[in-house]
Amino acid sequence: MKRLFKIYLDKPELAGVVLLALLVVLFEITSNGFFLSYENMRGVLGLLPEMALVAMGVTILMIAGEFDISVGSVFALAPMTMAVSMVAGVPFVFAALLGLAAAAAVGFLNGLITLRFAIPSFITTLGMLFVARSVTVVISGGFPPVLPADIPSWIFTAFVGLIRLSMFWFAGLAVVLAAILSLSNFGNWIKSTGGQIEAAAAMGIPTGAVKMTCFVLCALLAGFAGIVEVLRLGSPLPSLGEGLELQAIAAAVIGGTSLYGGVGTVLGAIVGALLIRVIDNGLVLSHVDANWFKFAIGSLLILAVVANAWLRRTSRRIKLET
Amino acid sequence: MQAPLIETRGLHKWYSGVHALKNVHFQVFKGEIVGLVGDNGAGKTTLIKILSGVHPPDEGEIRIEGRKVDIATPKQAMNLGIETIYQTSSVVPTMSTARNLFVGREPLKASVFGFGFMDQTRMRRDSLKAIEDVDLRVRSPDALVGELSGGQQQGVAIARAMYFKSKVLILDEPTNQLSVKETNKVIGFVKALKSQGVTGIFISHNMHHVFQCCDRVVAMARGEIVFNKPVAETSIDEVAEYM
Repeated sequence: MKRLFKIYLDKPELAGVVLLALLVVLFEITSNGFFLSYENMRGVLGLLPEMALVAMGVTILMIAGEFDISVGSVFALAPMTMAVSMVAGVPFVFAALLGLAAAAAVGFLNGLITLRFAIPSFITTLGMLFVARSVTVVISGGFPPVLPADIPSWIFTAFVGLIRLSMFWFAGLAVVLAAILSLSNFGNWIKSTGGQIEAAAAMGIPTGAVKMTCFVLCALLAGFAGIVEVLRLGSPLPSLGEGLELQAIAAAVIGGTSLYGGVGTVLGAIVGALLIRVIDNGLVLSHVDANWFKFAIGSLLILAVVANAWLRRTSRRIKLET
Repeated sequence: MQAPLIETRGLHKWYSGVHALKNVHFQVFKGEIVGLVGDNGAGKTTLIKILSGVHPPDEGEIRIEGRKVDIATPKQAMNLGIETIYQTSSVVPTMSTARNLFVGREPLKASVFGFGFMDQTRMRRDSLKAIEDVDLRVRSPDALVGELSGGQQQGVAIARAMYFKSKVLILDEPTNQLSVKETNKVIGFVKALKSQGVTGIFISHNMHHVFQCCDRVVAMARGEIVFNKPVAETSIDEVAEYM
């Protein structure tokens, strides 16, 4: 029993799962049974992948000990690059690859500047937040290009019963990323780089390359998520994804990712993203003024950090015999 | 006579105009534990960083078992059998003992270009055994290293070096920032190394610690080696005069 309790305390994402269950019950009651209906779940789950993809990238980068707050702008830049290319006559697949390449380039620059000049990634990516957003608006020419009608958007947007196809892409990526993080040696390198960089470097881990990979991965996931969203909407707005970076970091932290690096899980990021989506939707269905949404997320974020610190302290006090 | 396990000849190092190492000839023979002492800025850490591949020397050569070698990265040093344990940052507190023991040298079940899935069963089993070999008890290979005491954390680092059959173990002030009780534990680990025939370089500010567990004491001052005698033939007072 004590052992189970300690295992529970050591995994903050489990606390998130419990909170999620409580909120689902609460919203089910306050929405008079509409929250868990087929139609509403279709909506909630259909929108989940777009934010959860970004949250996973941010989480992995935070585990490696760095931040990226430019993801909201990359989320807009990648699909805008894709749309502008398609308007110029580039076929869909190549245009999508160009969009991802633009995202990867931003991630690479974030990593290069942060590592080369040894400055906090918070500052590098804050700058990049403005730069990438500006580029997005400039290449859009001021008004959003319309995507051609004949592109296969259905590979992300079509529904199979309750589930939108984007969910399968997201779930596949989540499984791969979770496996890399917890089962592969590269995952061990990421955790050691973020946990204690001197120790990792002394053991021969190429910490710079590890961080660079995570910067690029984070930007790629944000760009991919943006492309998925734009294929659903049909046209990229230059303001797409504004504020998303903070929601993604909030999702990561709510899911138990440490702000000091070394600690976090892919599952935690997904639970965090799901919590934010559920609160967003549940408040609306409960006829609460929508402006309370940010209040709720903000409170949850602070609560999560306080609770995680408390969980860790309590867990440390429980000593198990061998 | 047998060639020294590690030997440096005429090692020089400058840091932005400061002559940090001046013509250092340093030798460590197989099976001995050498205590390296000296004041802050005497060049101990510079010498160690060169031997562990963190910095390259500006002049001079390094020989291992008589063979001239280049040590450009920590990884190369480890491949040559030189493993270094730093004062506080030798292990990752947010990772389990098993993961710490194998960090950078994970056994893989299958791999592509050096990346693959870790053999976690073997990591757990072998890490427990490696830790028992240095007389350290942890309750589980899955426990976070951050939950161990400072002395135990150094024990995990020492167990790691032993497991990978390092030829030379460099301990860079491993007792700094530890309580007296924890320090004694670390000194116990170092004594245990000697009984297992491991060669070591023990860097410390504290002469008492060096005299407790080393065979030979080498003192540095102003970038040079100024003293070199077996512990049995000298005293703390004599070494202190040279520093």
